[in-house]
Amino acid sequence: MSDHHGEATGSEDRGRIGMWLFICTEILLFGGLFLLYSVYRYKHPGDFHDASLDLSRFAGTLNTLVLITSSLTAALAVHELRVGRPGRARLFIGATLLFALTFLTVKGFEWGAKFEHGLYPNATYLLSLPPGQILYFGLYFTMTGLHAIHVIVGMGLFGYCLRAMRRGVVTAKRPILVENTTLFWHLVDVIWIFLFPLFYLIS
Amino acid sequence: MSDTTLEHKPGYRTYLLVYAALVILTVVTVTSASMDIGRIAIVIVLAIAGTKSVLVLLYFMHLRYERRLLVKLLVPIVVVTLAIFIGLTYTDILFR
Repeated sequence: MSDHHGEATGSEDRGRIGMWLFICTEILLFGGLFLLYSVYRYKHPGDFHDASLDLSRFAGTLNTLVLITSSLTAALAVHELRVGRPGRARLFIGATLLFALTFLTVKGFEWGAKFEHGLYPNATYLLSLPPGQILYFGLYFTMTGLHAIHVIVGMGLFGYCLRAMRRGVVTAKRPILVENTTLFWHLVDVIWIFLFPLFYLIS
Repeated sequence: MSDTTLEHKPGYRTYLLVYAALVILTVVTVTSASMDIGRIAIVIVLAIAGTKSVLVLLYFMHLRYERRLLVKLLVPIVVVTLAIFIGLTYTDILFR
């Protein structure tokens, strides 16, 4: 496979394979939580339905569109970097960061509204609800919280990418840092693609 | 240089088409969830989420253009592993 490939390509391949292995561990991490969710939903279908009515479908849909758009700008950033237009690539990374910040802001308002209604882990009001609803909100805060941590990490990595590009460490010939960060970002998008319907769209 | 890792680089056209498909599927999933179609809704919603993920994996994450068989196989292997976990869990939950 690698007989006609140069040394640089070999290290780039290894970097990409490593990133994919990490992505697989992330899929298993969230997969376990999704399995937990599905078992509890199977045991408490009515409570899950009632609890999901407390979430704002509008905010969830808005955040889904924001995150999908940020995935597009991230993909375009890699494209522009590869074809040798680093200026445009940095612009697209900047746009991705803005969308990520928008996502977190909407998420923050959502969580804030839940807190105001006495819905947060171990709150007296929450604990007075039926057991299935307590489980639902426990999973909601755990899973969207873990996802939000991934969004914050992704933003940090993109910020690091911008710095590396300014310093000339990342170029069209050495794009692996930006490529791997973007892979991570798309993974964050894929996880949200499942979180959104499972928490917001229980009909 | 970049041709050594990716057989063919997707461009703006591909990315924008995939983006449009993702937005349309989001709209479809939200509309179908607000209709009263009963228990089948969860199947539809999950099928749409699966389709969206495959689109992101194949085009945004370049798996379609990946030349290394190892990388191509990783995600399917993990999905099968998860399916086994889920299947075994449910044989316990359903027949306890």
